[in-house]
Amino acid sequence: MNKRLSIFFSMLLVLSMFLAACSGGGDNADGDKKGGDDGGKSDVPQELRVNINTEPPSLNPGLAEDATSGTVLRQILEGLTRIGQDGEPENAMAEDVDMSDDQKTYTFKIRDAKWSNGDPVTANDFVYAWKWALDPANNSTYAYQLYYIEGAEAANNGEGSLDDVGVKALDDKTLEVKLVNPTPYFLELTAFYTYLPVNSKVAEANPEWATDAGENYTTNGPFHLTEWSHSDKIVLEKSETYWDAESVKLDSIEMIMINDPNTELSMFDNGELDWAGAPTGALPTDAMQALKDEGRLTTQPIAGIYNYKFNTTVEPFNNVNIRKAFAHAINRQEIIDNILQGEQLPAMAIVPPTMFEENEKGYFPDNDVEKAKEFLQKGLDELGYKDASELPAVTLSYNTSEAHQKIAQAVQDMWKQNLGVEVNLDNAEWNVYLDKINTMDYQVGRLGWLGDFNDAMNFLEMYRDADGGNNSTGWESKEFQDLLAKSSTETDADARQQLLKDAEAIFMEDMPVAPIYFYTNNWVQAEGLKDVVVSGLGDVQYKWAHFE
Amino acid sequence: MAKYIGKRLLYMILSLWMIVTATFFFMRIAPGNPFASEKKLPPEIEANLNAHFGLDKPWYAQYWEYLVRIVNWDFGPSFKYKSQTVNDLINEGFPVSFLLGMEAIFIAVAIGVILGIVAALKHNRWPDYTAMIVAVLGISVPSFIMASFLQYFLAIKMGIFPVARWESFMHSVLPAVALASTPMAFIARLTRSSMLEVLANDYIKTAKSKGLSRGVITVKHTIRNALLPVVTYMGPLTAGILTGSFVIERIFGIPGLGAHFVTSINNRDYTVIMGVTVFYSILLLVSILLVDIAYGIIDPRIKLAGGKKGE
Repeated sequence: MNKRLSIFFSMLLVLSMFLAACSGGGDNADGDKKGGDDGGKSDVPQELRVNINTEPPSLNPGLAEDATSGTVLRQILEGLTRIGQDGEPENAMAEDVDMSDDQKTYTFKIRDAKWSNGDPVTANDFVYAWKWALDPANNSTYAYQLYYIEGAEAANNGEGSLDDVGVKALDDKTLEVKLVNPTPYFLELTAFYTYLPVNSKVAEANPEWATDAGENYTTNGPFHLTEWSHSDKIVLEKSETYWDAESVKLDSIEMIMINDPNTELSMFDNGELDWAGAPTGALPTDAMQALKDEGRLTTQPIAGIYNYKFNTTVEPFNNVNIRKAFAHAINRQEIIDNILQGEQLPAMAIVPPTMFEENEKGYFPDNDVEKAKEFLQKGLDELGYKDASELPAVTLSYNTSEAHQKIAQAVQDMWKQNLGVEVNLDNAEWNVYLDKINTMDYQVGRLGWLGDFNDAMNFLEMYRDADGGNNSTGWESKEFQDLLAKSSTETDADARQQLLKDAEAIFMEDMPVAPIYFYTNNWVQAEGLKDVVVSGLGDVQYKWAHFE
Repeated sequence: MAKYIGKRLLYMILSLWMIVTATFFFMRIAPGNPFASEKKLPPEIEANLNAHFGLDKPWYAQYWEYLVRIVNWDFGPSFKYKSQTVNDLINEGFPVSFLLGMEAIFIAVAIGVILGIVAALKHNRWPDYTAMIVAVLGISVPSFIMASFLQYFLAIKMGIFPVARWESFMHSVLPAVALASTPMAFIARLTRSSMLEVLANDYIKTAKSKGLSRGVITVKHTIRNALLPVVTYMGPLTAGILTGSFVIERIFGIPGLGAHFVTSINNRDYTVIMGVTVFYSILLLVSILLVDIAYGIIDPRIKLAGGKKGE
């Protein structure tokens, strides 16, 4: 009896510990649920909860260089322009913009706006912020985003002086910017985070102003940075000093940092988040199909492309027909339907359809095996092989990730089936992989590209020079270079567009890259949540968001 | 005793120096650098950055600088997280991981030891089998599966706990249980087997024939001797759990130290790699020392000073 009792009590102890931990939790979870998504009532709490994945590496616009930092900065600071709900740049801190006839000088009239500490926003705040980023002593990696401005590049690499940079405060409210070339997308750039202003009074007094929330972190955007607990969460609150505070309906935004797609979706399903998935977070691939079937998934194409690059300096990919054969022999739709499952678009062009609409169709049909075989035979003849079996095995490289691996395996199989070519897979850790690509130690390798600004130039200019940092194919073409050069001095928008399209056509004719698919953003959002704006670049803005 | 501890401290410094040196060189041999990304930097900016962080200096200068930094306990700025220094990362992350770790260790030791004792006392009967099934499950189910399982049933289906985050005690229960499940199972098995061994000893028979009560025999004679292997295991366990688990912290979105062990390597964030490695090593070395000292207290036969018995 005694023994039995002792077991019974020890088991009871275990159980009671467990139950003690359980009880009392009920109200907590309920409380969490109340916060958000029971829309429809008249006074719904205007509190948004989103996941931003990771700690933003820097909230100093001069040092920020990643999407997470950009997401936070876009809500709290405001540049000369802002990308509006229609995707076009609209005046923000600038009240009025004046462009010279040669399109190289912009004059911005700054509106009567205030920083959150009451200081007025002046032209000097822009001059200060841009020159700070360009100052080589400040080690801004994204300083090159400002290279469109006259003298900026020279100042940044130490050959010129910061005083010669073409940005000047004519008076407190007038900013003059001189550009190197006419840049039709310059008003897009002024909405980008490297171009955001900084309260020069505060920043001069305290160089560490951007490391924490608090009185030093002054903002001029729709929201104010209230709390920043590193690696945990950021809390933004509606700014009362914002010039357009009327349009801002949310009272607060809680941005948490959870770097696990499954947890993110679980929290959303449990009512602990109002948004799960892109652009700030991610959804688990396994859940895509179910979410789609339930009709909950929102999909939006964005300016981004997944490429297989060819190393055009080594056999067999120094031969254009071989490159074409490999590019034609990929069934992109199958990869999208079976592996990615996020409604991505098959890419048979290099500029995303968000910029060139007709690229939804592309330059050649997807999975054109017949054509691929023709190209292959032609290429083999030129290289002096009788047939594909004589071709030495080709190596396909990718960096460690489940999705990259699955795609590589599918493509390996397609090339083997369709072309009869042996393909070896080669997987490497991210940094090791980048090193291989940059030193051209590869044959075929995957790389993605996400647009920084909404212009085709962004997807073309990296292929201008064979030794350019982001080319990594070894390909260059005089004709292509000439067209790009012409486009940067062309002041007529349509003519410029045509020049860029011609350049793309040349690129596709030589095919140093086999495009695979154009990225999409997929997400689920709480029912009553309206007017969260995601741009064609995948940038999110909460300025107009509200719960109904 | 003092002499023994002094000697051990000397060895600890030597081990630490070897760890730091090995890490430093392995880290630099690995291809890539902190500024590598899909969008390559203009070369002049990269050169500027390398100069700023001292990466353009010869290796011995960097190595020496690093040793000086460790002695001063100033690991420098993080390459990736520009608003924080490595010391900030450790100071902010460690308390969180420590709290979670203590909770997990408490669960693991309390439940593990109880299960082990019950199993040994009821050897080959149903309590034994039940406890060992629990233990086998605990060892064989990886912690991330355990975590998702707990999240799904206790948070989503039953709504008892929040799914993730680090806000209140309720938030800490699921990650602590998930973190504790493997060591708990391990401790249960260790306790059981060493209990069985001790129970078979002659002095237990003597105690029984003396007419001592079962409770006295179990507590005074058996458990005390049987816990020695558990104490041995506690050393590395403590260091490992207190510095945080990458997987658990990621799944539950906990702002601890665990994530930095993995992400710093992926980012080639040199200063963070070194900082967390040194921190972890010190914790490990200290907890091993504490365990050795604890031996002497639990088992008087083990003499720390002067004796020939090694560790």
